Order: sequence, then structure tokens, then C-alpha cells
Amino acid sequence: MQQSPDQIRQAYRQMRLIREFEERLHVENPKGEIAGFTHLYSGQEAIAVGVCENLRDNDYIISTHRGHGHCLARGCDPKGMMHEIYGRADGLCKGRGGSMHIADLDKGMLGANGIVGGGQPIAVGAAVACKARGDGSVSVSFTGDGASNQGTVFEAMNMAVVLKLPKVFVLENNGYSEHTGASYGIGGDLKTRTEGFGIPVWEADGFDYFSVYEAAEKAIEHARASNGPSAILATATRYFGHFEGDPQNYRAKDEVKNFRETVDALKQMREKVTGAGIFTAEELDAIDDEVLALIDASVESARTGPTPGADTMMSDVYIDY
Amino acid sequence: MAVLTMRDALNQALHEEMERDPSVIVMGEDVAGGSGGTSGNIEAAGGIFGVTKGLKTKYGADRVIDTPISESAIIGLANGSALAGMRPVAELMFADFVGVSMDQIFNQMAKFRYMFGGKAKTPVVLRMSMGAGMNAAAQHSQTIYPMLTMVPGLKVVIPSNPADAKGLMKQAIRDDDPVMFFEHKALYSKKGEVPEGEYLTLFGEADLVREGKDCTVVALARMVPFAMKAVDKLAEEGITCDLIDPRTTSPLDEDTILESLSMTGRLVVVDESNPMCSIASEIASIAASKGFGSLRAPVEKVTAPHTPVPFARELERLYVPSPNDIEAAIRRTLANQVEGV
Ligand SMILES: Cc1ncc(C[n+]2csc(CCOP(=O)(O)OP(=O)(O)O)c2C)c(N)n1
Ligand SMILES: [Mg+2]
Repeated sequence: MQQSPDQIRQAYRQMRLIREFEERLHVENPKGEIAGFTHLYSGQEAIAVGVCENLRDNDYIISTHRGHGHCLARGCDPKGMMHEIYGRADGLCKGRGGSMHIADLDKGMLGANGIVGGGQPIAVGAAVACKARGDGSVSVSFTGDGASNQGTVFEAMNMAVVLKLPKVFVLENNGYSEHTGASYGIGGDLKTRTEGFGIPVWEADGFDYFSVYEAAEKAIEHARASNGPSAILATATRYFGHFEGDPQNYRAKDEVKNFRETVDALKQMREKVTGAGIFTAEELDAIDDEVLALIDASVESARTGPTPGADTMMSDVYIDY
Repeated sequence: MAVLTMRDALNQALHEEMERDPSVIVMGEDVAGGSGGTSGNIEAAGGIFGVTKGLKTKYGADRVIDTPISESAIIGLANGSALAGMRPVAELMFADFVGVSMDQIFNQMAKFRYMFGGKAKTPVVLRMSMGAGMNAAAQHSQTIYPMLTMVPGLKVVIPSNPADAKGLMKQAIRDDDPVMFFEHKALYSKKGEVPEGEYLTLFGEADLVREGKDCTVVALARMVPFAMKAVDKLAEEGITCDLIDPRTTSPLDEDTILESLSMTGRLVVVDESNPMCSIASEIASIAASKGFGSLRAPVEKVTAPHTPVPFARELERLYVPSPNDIEAAIRRTLANQVEGV
């Protein structure tokens, strides 16, 4: 563990923030106040945070339909996100996008994306801009195991290689693409496929923050140093259904329970950090309390936030309607 | 008659056609579901809206194909298998994903018969869920049937009730041309009477849902039940309307619309799509060019606004044309009298 206590505290807090944000949405969702599809990221926190803790302000990320974790890891405002998920006028995207379309361009967060495989070519475009600026910035896309079968992802990989772009592909294998297992949907394996394009792949344990951080450090450094694209392959699981309400008939009964009890990202990090004497359990609990209070406050204000007025319907279709 | 949801009526049609014809195959993401999962359930989904349930259990993995997320290749699979003699029914989970597979649709399947000198047949059915009403936001709510209706070679089917859905699906599967089959998400759970036994609903034959004399109302999909509400309400005041459900937009039953217009002189067209280049515009243009002499008032178009589909409940509700909007349009056209007519 070569990271400073400050870095570790920050990473732990980010992971806790994602976990509590999602666990709380899982509780709030059945109450009927949240509309639309909600895809939760619980279980994969170490991936988003392990990657984003390596990024600079002028880097870019692009996310997926399961975007809350990536947004939070990139520093999007949890309250603004919660308001967006509740469809509020003061949400991050004025209530027009909802859970699946949270974006924060000021933070280099180019959006969650409802189209599986839609983001990767866009991230290649951002990498073109990074290269043109020549400021050492990189562009990162997150891609699920299911999304990795989309032709757009292959095109994006090849394009990034051909143009030698500062582009980092984060492949998140959480075992499922909706109701279908990754072992069925993926021909060959993600590592060899990616390497087939000439992209070096750093593998990581997606439940272990330090493992992801170290893989991401190398992959991102590779891209920053003008060596062309790189990839991180991280394996974890999602704790909840594909979307909130998914009965999960495809999954063995105790699958998630086992993961939660053995390799859970937060549990692992607490054990490592306290075991190494960096923080005490009480110090970490204090972070948890602060995060929980923030989530409480965000949900509370989101529940009663302002609804978008009819007069906003036609705005922002074009720059000036 | 049995009372079924549109979901179950479509499911019946698929079961009956797969039973009848071994060349009918089904493909798409999670049309069965569960492959590679840890529960051992080989049909964990049956389609995310449940339309394909029971098919894999009954007809096996060779005829009911779960695919990776690769929409271009899914439609390609349908196209190639059709050219090679099968009758594929491919599913796009959401009609918005047409965007990912557009080449296979409008450059490939639509053109085979014509480009190949009439020698090819492409009996593909492309099923897709569409429409707003679930707060699924801009990339999962569109009603993009106008975009496909404008493509020569494609037939476009848009049912509004369970009975039509079943008859149209069976007809679509037996049709030798590619058929775009749009299923409105908000209609899947709506129930209706479905005739017992075998029947087909032919393309290009509109359904006269209500008969009246004051105004012609044309509506599609979810807009049909909405228009029924408006029309039935006005009937209580003695204002009566013809309500026409074209059921297919390509071919489009112009005759029924023009004939009704010639009796009523007034036309309201209701379409959940965006207004530009919509089916509403198309029908309005048909009225202007072929029914001009009948028109006693300007054609009223009731459509979604020219915006993407918004997420927030309040905005989505405003986006979708409502029974009130339809009623108001009918009243407007009745109040409007073209000078000198
Ligand atoms: C083009 C497209 N096809 C299909 C879908 C429906 N869909 C949404 S998420 C998903 C599964 C994605 O799996 P994966 O990439 O592994 O991400 P995960 O859900 O596991 O985070 C599917 C099929 C979609 N939104 N867009
Ligand atoms: Mg996955």
C-alpha cells in the first residue's frame, strides 16, 4: 500500500458513498417516488473508484446505463444526482435525463448512456481531443461484459489503436448482461480479444480497491505517456438485479450473499486498512456516518425538490429554441 | 372469446406459428434468458416484456436463440436466415436500438427483393417495444415508426389491442416481406377480447373503431384508446366521430380515411411521434392532396412536441398526447369553418 492516508481516506469515502447511495436507492425505489429504470452499481465500487482516483481534472470518463458509481467516483455532486434520479428541476440534468443519463460535462463526465455500446466511440472522440491538446490528459470508457459484444466497442478499440490515442478501456465483468451470464455471451475471453487489437490489458480483482488502483495506475500511465490505448479488466459482481424490480431468476439463490460475506469491496478495504494500522475502525465509522448523513439529506431534499415546469419542455432541444 | 393481455396475445401468436411452421425461429437478447447463469433456469426471462415466454422450453435453443448484445448482428442473423429459407422473428428490446442496427434494416432487408430483381424474399419480422409512459427517458421511449415507414420495402405494423396484435403477428410471420412490428410498452398489460381459433389480420385494412358523422379521427397504438376516451366523451354531448385505427402504416389504408373524410369533412390525426415527417403529417398530406374537396376545416395534428422524450414524470406526461388534447383538437376543428364552404 503505497498510498498516503489521505488518498486512502478519500478512496474509502468514495466507495462508501457509492455503496450507501445505491443501497438507499434500493430501499427507496419500491416506494414509487422514483420513476423509470434504475440500475444500481453496488458490488462494483472498487472498480469505479480504483480507476477514477488515478484521474486528473482534465481527463474524461464516459459511463454506461449503470452510471451512478462512475459519476460519484468522478466527483459529481451526490445531491444533484439524487435530485436528477427523482426527476427534479434542480437535478444535475434538470430532470430531463434521470438515472440513465446523468452527465456532468464540467467534471469531464460525458454521461451515463442508455445505449449499450454507445459510449465507447464517443470516448475515442474525447481521446482525439486529449491528444490534440497535448496536455497528457486521457479518456476513459467503462464497458460491461455484455456491452463488450457490441460492434461499436470493437470499432472503438481498433480506432484508438490506429490513431494511437490516450484512451483507456475499463472492462467491467460483473458476470451478467441482464438475464444472461457472461460465460454464455462472450466468445473467447475479454483479455485476449482486447490484446488482439494490440491493446495491453492490466487485470484486476474488481472487489479489491488496491488491485484496481494499481492496474489502473499502469494502464493510465501507459496512455498518458503517448503509448496508445490501454485496458483494465476487472471482475466483480452486481449485488442487485439488472434493474430495480428484476426477479433475478438466472441467479443461484445464495450467490450474492456469498460475495457480500467474503470479498465485499468495503469489507476488504476496512480489513486491510485497519489491519495495516492506517485507520482505526472508529475513524472509518466516522466517515460512514458522514456519508450516511449526506445521503439522508440528499434523499430528503430530492423527495420534495421542485418539479420541472411545462415551460421547460421545449428548452435545450437546440441552443436557442 | 378469451380475454387476454396484448403480451399474451402476441405470445399465443408466436406459439401457434412456431408450432405450425418449423422454419419460424426467434432471436434476440434474453428472448429466453438464463444461459450462462448460476440458477440453472434455461428460461429465466422469456423476453424482458414476457412476449417470448415458453418458447425456448417448447421449441429448444436451436429455434429460440438468445443472442449477445449485438443488434447489428441480430438483425443480420434475421436477414441471412431469411434469405436462406427461415422465417425469423427478431426482437429489438427497445425500438430505439434500431439506431444501432439501421444498416441491416434499411440498406439490407428493405432492399433485397428489389435490388435482386424480385428473386429474393425476406420474411423477417422485427419486433420492438416502443413508446413513452414508463419514464424510460430519451433513449428508451421513442416511437420511431415514421422513420421506417418511409423506407420502400419495409412493411410497418402498429397494433393497438390484443386481438389485432395476435392477428397481425401471425400475418407478419407469414408475410414474405420484412415487417417492422411495433409493440407499445404501455399496451402490453392492457386486456382485450381475442377471438378463439385461427385468424389473420391483413395489412392495409384499417379498423373503424367508432362510427360517427361530425369528424374523422385517425390514431395509432396507444393513441387509439386515448382517442376512444375523447370520442366517447364527446358522444355524450351528441358529437360523433369516426375513429380509424390504420393498424399498419405501410401499407396504409388511405381509402378508409378518405372515405370517412368525405362524409365528415373534418380530420384529426393523433400520433405519439414527433411532429415533423410523422404519420400525422403523412395523413394530413393525403387529406390535402386527395381529400381537399372534402375538407371543411384545417386538419388538426395531435402529436408529441419536437423534443426528445423527457424523463421527469410531469414532463413525460405533457410530452405524450392525452385524451384531453385529442378532445380539444376535435372541438377546434368543429369550431373552425373554412370560409365559403
Ligand atoms: C443497444 C442496447 N441494447 C440493449 C440494451 C438493453 N440493455 C441494457 S443494459 C443491458 C445489459 C448490459 O450488460 P453489461 O454491459 O454487462 O452491463 P451491466 O448491466 O452488467 O452493468 C442490456 C442488454 C440497451 N440499453 N442498449
Ligand atoms: Mg455485466
